[in-house]
Amino acid sequence: MSSTMSPASTNSLNSKRWHSMRHILERAGPFCKADFAPSPDNLEFLQNTCKILVIGAGGLGCELLKDLALMGFGDIHVIDMDTIELSNLNRQFLFRRNDIGSSKAECAANFINKRIPTCHVTPHCAKIQDFDESFYQQFHIIVCGLDSIVARRWINGMLISSLRYNEEDGSVDPSSITPMIDGGTEGFKGNARVILPGLTACIECTLDLFPPQVNYPLCTIANTPRLPEHCIEYVKIIQWDKENPFNCSLDGDDPQHIAWVYERALERATQYNITGVTYRLVQGVIKHIIPAVASTNAVIAAACATEVFKLATSCYDSMCNYMNFNDIDGIYTYTYAAEKSENCLACSNIPQVVNIEDPNTTTLEDLIKILCENPRFQMKQPGITTVIDGKNKTLYMSTVKSIEERTRANLTQSLGELGLKDGQQINVADQTSPNTIVLQLKYNGNEVEMD
Amino acid sequence: MIKLFSLKQQKKEGDQTGRSGAQQKKASAAQLRIQKDINELTLPKTCAMEFPDPDDLLNFKLIICPDEGFYKGGRFVFNFRVGPNYPHEAPKVKCETQVYHPNIDLEGNVCLNILREDWNPVLTISSIVYGLQYLFLEPNPEDPLNKEAADVLQTNRRLFEHNVSKAMRGNFVGETYFECCLK
Repeated sequence: MSSTMSPASTNSLNSKRWHSMRHILERAGPFCKADFAPSPDNLEFLQNTCKILVIGAGGLGCELLKDLALMGFGDIHVIDMDTIELSNLNRQFLFRRNDIGSSKAECAANFINKRIPTCHVTPHCAKIQDFDESFYQQFHIIVCGLDSIVARRWINGMLISSLRYNEEDGSVDPSSITPMIDGGTEGFKGNARVILPGLTACIECTLDLFPPQVNYPLCTIANTPRLPEHCIEYVKIIQWDKENPFNCSLDGDDPQHIAWVYERALERATQYNITGVTYRLVQGVIKHIIPAVASTNAVIAAACATEVFKLATSCYDSMCNYMNFNDIDGIYTYTYAAEKSENCLACSNIPQVVNIEDPNTTTLEDLIKILCENPRFQMKQPGITTVIDGKNKTLYMSTVKSIEERTRANLTQSLGELGLKDGQQINVADQTSPNTIVLQLKYNGNEVEMD
Repeated sequence: MIKLFSLKQQKKEGDQTGRSGAQQKKASAAQLRIQKDINELTLPKTCAMEFPDPDDLLNFKLIICPDEGFYKGGRFVFNFRVGPNYPHEAPKVKCETQVYHPNIDLEGNVCLNILREDWNPVLTISSIVYGLQYLFLEPNPEDPLNKEAADVLQTNRRLFEHNVSKAMRGNFVGETYFECCLK
């Protein structure tokens, strides 16, 4: 037995509780990964060292926290910016009626911490964008139970920007990889996937797999409505702006707004002999709600938690790499290897180094000349932007007159004067490459002079 | 993937000491994509683009001055708002100029299929520019947003032409007053 464990600990390997886990983690088997070493250390790692981040404490998040905590993971963080609503309680089982209005992250953490003493959950009632790279770097694995594509793209971009590359062959340094397990559900459909940023297909590689938003033709909505949804969209898109009843934009969480839309939509539906406009449908259409199904969440979360377990312990190969699940009629699942896109804006965009002799004498115009003349680039009309102090900045773009006129003055400034530092990343779009590419400025010798 | 976690632990210890400089914030994928779209725009000579803030490539205006058709001589301004989910979602486009047009209503909503139901991530800002330009060359009475204008176009082309030029000069057409939008 591991000598580091205190015998009194509830985490004790001797506890009957971990009997089944130890069967898996302390015995070799024909399906184990090559680097798997059967040992009590595996469970010990899970309980005391491995640090997991769960993003989202909603339908999937509650399931994930429960699954991971019961599996033996001892250090879990959870992020969610939302508060608990009545309609969550049918499936988000870590919450009770008294919790309505409280933070999802905090209530979920309290519940798990009380119920499963071997696990400590740290809550963060915040947006994922509130944290920086140093926060995300502390985790071994990140699991997402999100309902937003924007949020998935953001965390995906964050994990890719933390990657380090081997300077000689451009390969990814494996120690800079934080695996991301992503679960998603919509009604009776769901998917689970394993993303090893830089190695396997990322969110941006497969962006077209996300179902498009349902959008009805505007003219149908305006003139020939046939569905209750058409009537609701009419009020939302056209009538709201026209009448501006509350002097603000439509807020799907404001019951007064929903009630107003409901009344007007009902009027319009009556006018066109359409039935089926209800308050709940109005809510659903305005907020793009697809009814959540508890069993789908359970299946997808279980698949995700299993992947976390496999990655953390190496006891079995990871799923490769995208599983679809659908139980509308019977049960259908299919797992396939989503391919990494060669033109992915996120994970194939490995910053290429541009050497600059002296940032104090090299102007932006000189840099553009380098991009056009250097045999490595041979660009035609590069448009260049960067991010300085967290803000986007357009350095030069010749193709749009109004931008050209206002960025022309930058051409004669030196890179130092423009605030570009050694190691600065610049984004360059040009007709010679299918995507905007990222270049990294490397100053040889001379530092930027301070004034 | 071999020994990912043992390496990972090493990295963490190294991280706290070695990796001090906070990495700069990177441009989002949406940002990189819009930069490509805009850098590659070849605008037809009837179109111009205005960026109120050249550092903000997500908000801009398109000005169309048709040189043929019903709307020749007019100047029409469209406002583009590109969201963080571009190109998964289409940009939001509104017409800021009041126009007597079957496919544009008086609030500036535009009925163009690729802005809504037929949007697709392979489309670009350029596709929308050409789509909008086409609306001025071939107003489509089959998919009306301004039903009155569509009815007139379908029943009496001459009257429609007359109404358009009246509206562009700054006049009432029926109950609605249109501001002058001649170049």
